[in-house]
Amino acid sequence: MNPLIDVSRRGFLQGILSTGALVLSVRLVPESLWAAEVAAGASADASALHPSVYLGVDTDGTVYIIAHRSEMGTTSRTSLPLVLADELDADWSRVKVQQAIGDAGYGSQDTDGSHSIREFYEPMRQAGATARLMLIRAAAQQWGVPEAECTTDLHVVVHKATGKKAAYGDLAPAAAELPVPKKEELKFKPQSAWRYVGKGQSSYDLADLCTGKAQFGMDARIDGMVYASIERPPVLGGKVKSFDEKAPLQVKGVRQTLTIDTFTPPHHFQPLGGIAVIADNTWSAMKGRKKLNPVWDNGPHAVYNSVQFKKGLRETARKPAKAARNQGDVEAAFAKGGKVIEAEYYVPHLAHASMEPPVALADYREGKVTVWASTQNPQAVQEIISEKLGIPKDAVTCHVPLLGGGFGRKSKPDYAAEAAILSKAVGRPVKVVWSREDDISFDYYHTVSAMYMKAALGADGLPTAWLQRSVFPSIGSTFNVDATAAGAGELQQGWTDLPFNIPNIRAENSGAAAHLRIGWLRSVANIYHAFAAQSFADECAHAAGRDSLEYLMALIGPPRIVDVKKSAPDYPNYGGSLEAYPIDTARYRRVMELVAEKSGWGKQKLGKGQGMGIAVHRSFLTYVATVVQVEVNDQGELRIPRVDTALDAGLVVNPEATRSQFEGAAVFGTSLARFGEITATNGIVDQSNFDTYPVARMNEAPYQTNVYIVESNAPPAGVGEPGVPPFAPALCNAIFAATGKRVRELPLSRSNLGT
Amino acid sequence: MIQLKVNGVPRSFDGEPDMPLLWYLRDILALTGTKFGCGMALCGACTVHQNGKAIRSCITTMQRAAGSEIRTIEDLGANGLHPVQRSWMEVNVPQCGYCQSGQIMQAAALLSQKPKPTDEDIDNIMSGNICRCGTYQRIRAAIKAAAGERA
Repeated sequence: MNPLIDVSRRGFLQGILSTGALVLSVRLVPESLWAAEVAAGASADASALHPSVYLGVDTDGTVYIIAHRSEMGTTSRTSLPLVLADELDADWSRVKVQQAIGDAGYGSQDTDGSHSIREFYEPMRQAGATARLMLIRAAAQQWGVPEAECTTDLHVVVHKATGKKAAYGDLAPAAAELPVPKKEELKFKPQSAWRYVGKGQSSYDLADLCTGKAQFGMDARIDGMVYASIERPPVLGGKVKSFDEKAPLQVKGVRQTLTIDTFTPPHHFQPLGGIAVIADNTWSAMKGRKKLNPVWDNGPHAVYNSVQFKKGLRETARKPAKAARNQGDVEAAFAKGGKVIEAEYYVPHLAHASMEPPVALADYREGKVTVWASTQNPQAVQEIISEKLGIPKDAVTCHVPLLGGGFGRKSKPDYAAEAAILSKAVGRPVKVVWSREDDISFDYYHTVSAMYMKAALGADGLPTAWLQRSVFPSIGSTFNVDATAAGAGELQQGWTDLPFNIPNIRAENSGAAAHLRIGWLRSVANIYHAFAAQSFADECAHAAGRDSLEYLMALIGPPRIVDVKKSAPDYPNYGGSLEAYPIDTARYRRVMELVAEKSGWGKQKLGKGQGMGIAVHRSFLTYVATVVQVEVNDQGELRIPRVDTALDAGLVVNPEATRSQFEGAAVFGTSLARFGEITATNGIVDQSNFDTYPVARMNEAPYQTNVYIVESNAPPAGVGEPGVPPFAPALCNAIFAATGKRVRELPLSRSNLGT
Repeated sequence: MIQLKVNGVPRSFDGEPDMPLLWYLRDILALTGTKFGCGMALCGACTVHQNGKAIRSCITTMQRAAGSEIRTIEDLGANGLHPVQRSWMEVNVPQCGYCQSGQIMQAAALLSQKPKPTDEDIDNIMSGNICRCGTYQRIRAAIKAAAGERA
């Protein structure tokens, strides 16, 4: 079947393009996505994905490419159009990127799970190659020459024999009249002719980002708009009992107060409820809010206390649980004796804390809503507003400005629903601005987890059996009140996919009740699973008296494909096929060898209080090995002078952006390892701003992170998230090397590293 | 009535004197290049120049801004890019970019005080500005590049 549909008359770029411009779309059904499974409740159309990418060649030669994914700093808005521009042989300086509104016609626009390039690389190539072939055909017809004799050279079609040239813009009207070629007819450029893919480009928005011109969700403005600040129930599911209706109105600029209903469980992407203060500017709304003096009915989640909960998680982690993967017989192997070691690990809740707090501007008029939202998922914005306001989904138009960070938080559009509800109630456009305190206190938190590990070491020091058990409240609880057990999407992340060459492996999981909203945060379950498995591997190396790198390489074992499906039938492989994306130990070995060589592993002279640690992890189908160097002084103060990280993400479209992502991942990893901790007392989150929820600053972050990209033509994999998981265990392994202190609980601020 | 100059333009303000400069710039003057990040001077996203010095506009009330000259990111490169902006682009600093207005204003102030900052100078001054994407090593490199450019 021809996957290409000519949409010249459908007007996707109407108003931008001149008459006679060539417009194309590509529609392909992608592989199912992990996020879609976890967030099954989130998008009703998840089973009918039809990603499409639209491009237009205008008569003046301007190439318009629609970016249908959100831009939050990972350069998807640049890198995907680059793929198309390359195959079109277009001049990047003549490309204009248009940001898509939310529309199911584009397929999934949920920009998370590190899959923008993975899912849309091929559709983008095909769109570019299709338009290029149509332009070539138009030229060949005009010149009366065979199309096979024509080629392209940066925005022109060329006939070498006669020296004829025609510009894309001039050919566009004739090309637009041609039938869309079949996929089988397409000729892709040889790799040697690639202009952009593998070489990359800086962000399309770079100049705007450096001059204050870039428009983020926080910057959206329309005539007649008012501002809202919302006091939300401090405990999940709590309700308003009473509040002072008069005092806020005494603040200059405050117009009115009104309540928002608390959600009906499951909370999903619904607003938390509370009391909104509407004002002429953000400051007045915030100031008026301080005078609300609210009284709450806290409800059942007021029982949540992190100190007790942690004890419960750890106790559960020591008890046998359901196997998510079972290979061989660990119990029989443990019964045979050998050196048995055990360890327990703990990682607390984390908050996303993107620099731009959640924000949305909504304008309700006569049954329709137009919304400008900092969102990773504009279709979820349409869905939740449609649901809360009882209007059709296509009555909601969601514009997607730039996002000031996202990290998974902005896939969940509760704040956009708040804005729409308020706009309808007050009869004006309303901009809901979350304060930093709102952001930290009312997040969809990274879950809290305890891990129990046990291994029996043979005569060579290598494990004969490896048991790992994790316990944590599941993301599923956000979509289903009864969900406690982890989903396969969570367990694939560093648990069922353990690549170690050990005959007996068992990966278990126990459920736990959720008392906060649980969501996905950059690299998700990989964070705690990799922390436990890669720290424990280092503990085994130490117990065996062997070098950490050499031991880890032995654990990975000889080059082979790991068939985890045999012992973990539910393993989803991030939605990628195991044929295209097998678990390949040769690729683990390659990144380890590369990082060992570049970091000078075993060759650097390290002084007192200095150490190096290594970890290796595959997530989102990308292989990453990280070596962290630390210095710890007698007072226990930590410095991270250097990080080396090697990655194999298959074909890398934008190496420069990829290096940035991995440099950033080291800082993100530093934040969560050193400082990240959300706790609750009587159901109320204890942290509120960067004073109580610190993130790494320049003087606390790694001084230098060196990123090495393995050159590969394997299918492209993720780059936004995979740098995060190996960082914390590599850091803690380095601390052990430097101090002899084994860190089994994050954050490090809880440990005394001094002598 | 509070009088001040913003990006060279004389302005008067008759609102609440305890309104932070940040919200005056963003909501009233529509100068949205200056960002809201924390409201407590903890993150530096709101950094602007007051009489040439970097300040946090989120805790600077209009009363305290009265009579001063305020400069925002919109004006920094108005007559050709500032060296810091040029080096920011050369080094490809931004990821999401939300904090970068504040980073750039802070770095520009640093270089006007210390044209050749050491690593320690850079750490001391720039550690007040959080970048959650983690662009710190590029920020440091860009500041050094800008310092070289000025030489």
